[in-house]
Amino acid sequence: MSLLTVDNLEVSFVTRNGTHKAVKGVSFTVETQQITAIIGESGSGKSVSCYALLGLIPSPPGRIDGGSAQFQGQNLLTLSEAELRKIRGSDVAMIFQDPMTCLNPYLTIGEQLIEPLLIHRNLSRADAKTRAIELLDEVGIRSPNSTFDSFPHEFSGGMRQRVMIAMALINEPKLLIADEPTTALDVTIQAQILRLIADLQKNRDIGVLFISHDLAVVSDIADQIVVMEQGEVVESGSPDTIFNHAQHPYTQKLLAAIPSGEREEPAAKNQALINVCNLRTWFQPNAKAEPVKAVDDVSFDIYRGEILGLVGESGSGKSTLGRSIMRLAPITSGQVTFDETHLTGLEGRNLKEFRSRMQMIFQDPFASLNPRMTVYDTLAEPLLLHGICQRANLDRHIAKLMDDVGLARNFIRKYPHEFSGGQRQRIAIGRALATQPEFIVADEPVSALDVTIQAQILDLLMALGREHNLTMLFVSHDMAVIRHIADRVLVMYHGKIVEAGPVKQVFNNPAEPYTQSLLSSIPGAAIM
Amino acid sequence: MTTLQASEPVDLLEHAEQGASLWRDAWQRLRKNKMAVGGGITLLLFILMALLTPWLAPYSYEAQNLDLGASPPSAAHWLGTDVFGRDVLTQVMYGGRVSLAVGFIATAVALLIGVTWGAVAGYVGGRVDAVMMRIVDILYALPFMIFIVLLMVVFGRNVLLLFLAIGAVEWLTMARIMRSQVQSLRQQEFVEAAISLGLSPAAIIRRHVIPNALGPIIVYTTLTIPSVMLLEAFLSFLGLGIQPPESSWGLLINYGVETMEEYPWLLIFPGLALTTTLFSLNFLGDGLRDALDVRGSKD
Repeated sequence: MSLLTVDNLEVSFVTRNGTHKAVKGVSFTVETQQITAIIGESGSGKSVSCYALLGLIPSPPGRIDGGSAQFQGQNLLTLSEAELRKIRGSDVAMIFQDPMTCLNPYLTIGEQLIEPLLIHRNLSRADAKTRAIELLDEVGIRSPNSTFDSFPHEFSGGMRQRVMIAMALINEPKLLIADEPTTALDVTIQAQILRLIADLQKNRDIGVLFISHDLAVVSDIADQIVVMEQGEVVESGSPDTIFNHAQHPYTQKLLAAIPSGEREEPAAKNQALINVCNLRTWFQPNAKAEPVKAVDDVSFDIYRGEILGLVGESGSGKSTLGRSIMRLAPITSGQVTFDETHLTGLEGRNLKEFRSRMQMIFQDPFASLNPRMTVYDTLAEPLLLHGICQRANLDRHIAKLMDDVGLARNFIRKYPHEFSGGQRQRIAIGRALATQPEFIVADEPVSALDVTIQAQILDLLMALGREHNLTMLFVSHDMAVIRHIADRVLVMYHGKIVEAGPVKQVFNNPAEPYTQSLLSSIPGAAIM
Repeated sequence: MTTLQASEPVDLLEHAEQGASLWRDAWQRLRKNKMAVGGGITLLLFILMALLTPWLAPYSYEAQNLDLGASPPSAAHWLGTDVFGRDVLTQVMYGGRVSLAVGFIATAVALLIGVTWGAVAGYVGGRVDAVMMRIVDILYALPFMIFIVLLMVVFGRNVLLLFLAIGAVEWLTMARIMRSQVQSLRQQEFVEAAISLGLSPAAIIRRHVIPNALGPIIVYTTLTIPSVMLLEAFLSFLGLGIQPPESSWGLLINYGVETMEEYPWLLIFPGLALTTTLFSLNFLGDGLRDALDVRGSKD
């Protein structure tokens, strides 16, 4: 018998705009000793389905309309809040996406770990502590004894996620629900956490329900994959069936959206548009402190017409490097030369002139557009500022930009909050293109987007790059994306460039150990 | 995603759907708040009354009827008369002109100085910010009453000076609110995007920063007006504010208190006018805060 059998689950949300059916008759099972993965994009109802099982959706507006969820002979959906509370945290445990916000910053790790033991098991403090330290050891924390008395802020994201996992396991649950547990983590850490979850599941005889937006992530660990779209299960089966014999068009679309492959061998480009020489960007938190060397003595060229990938983990300084070239971050020393002009010394009017020749696309399309300006105003601003066009033919230019980035023209009077993430990123791209730049810094432009939207935006960027003969510095933490879009790649680590070269060379014959570890951490290597 | 109709004629303005701005959303939320709407309407009536006083007032401002003396409300004098036989309704109406004017003008002064000061300090940052905010701190530390008394002694009493004195105190908090707003806004990517477009700092503050910081400022403004009016009433009550022959609600209340036992209507009606206005402003302010707080609730 299955550990968990969800049958025909229906959940809806009642809002002022009417009833929205978030989950429409979803069925799936989780077996003991297996990992079932639920895959879907934002709004697919994947998280809602799982939260509903534990009575964790706020009600109202949430409402469970029907279905059943059999777990150890009980229907979870009909249990009272008191009965559910007994099950949560003991037989069923959860791990969440953001390990930063799930730990109480004012309590030591140990205090938070033993709390469920004291509540659910009535253990003595000493016994609970022994138990907790064993567990910290099991989830791969190096010095569990000292960790017990540390506070959450003393740990990195990956370490905190390990603590969260230890916390979830402390009452020896039968079922572990993991909601995007690796999405907020760097790629090398993500690989470690995935391995940990897979190991725990084997050693401890539990069932895992793994929620993710990323097919590649689950491909390595899942025994069963359930694909959801708009509140419905569109396809489910073993990884082999899903990856090699997908039937449903949506699954095929998801698979196709996984960035893969490389660009055609580019024609040799060697005319440098931008030269970065011994660039240092250090931040001085205060007069006495050691400066933070975000970018430390970096030199490279960007050739005309190429897409240069810049890859690194969080804190590697890759975004700061991009922003330093754009003159958005103060440079400590070194030189950036743009088309034979030193950018570092420019001020005022001269700098403004150069601003129109280089533009930036930001990571978060929700933050990079002024919420009080319509698309029209947002696009008109650069056009008028740099005298690209006269007021008389402004409308025509804006229409052209809308066409270029694939937005319907009648959206022109709408405000950013009325668009989806992908559409907003198109607006941001349109704004960057408006000044007719030669060079664009794209700072993680697809990281905040769903995978199918990500594929569309990448295609758009590549097409626009060709069409307008753009040179691009493409900053990303995602090796697969870089491989897909870039001609050459720079690998950054602790503020320095550790490896540089054509994509093919770096990906096939990485010279540096750090690059090798990055590459081996790419999830879903099997399906590429 | 969207599909494109290629090469359609350029008729953006005529056929584009009008989007819902955040202001319009806020307006719609505000309209549903009955208390706030009630407050707004009451306030509007008071403002209209103040503007039209010379035509609406039943008697002239100087008209006295010493024979009548202090008389309770009657058909001829709806709110009664004071000891000189002057019509209380007329007095309250003229007094309201001054009280409301002090409230709005002093707040406008505070708004102008405070928003500019705070925006510049917050946007420029660094040493400029430190110096500007220390000035604010120093002014904060000055005892307000002594400050006013000094001004009155040095420059003599007049209404303009009162506006200035109150405005000069109220802008401090406004500047602090604006500065913290701007500091968080300037970290936002859309401001960085504006910088990389090459917009000048002044244009960035005007187009991108201030419109987004305005919500809390509007709310604080509606809550500042009543506190300024109260301040004026308080100063006039102490004899430091408005001087006869000018009149204000605070001054009327002051006279009313002296004769509270014999002629209570001289205190009640000016007091009622002041509290009604203050309540309306507070309800409106609360409603505005609720309406403007919910950011992008359509997401």
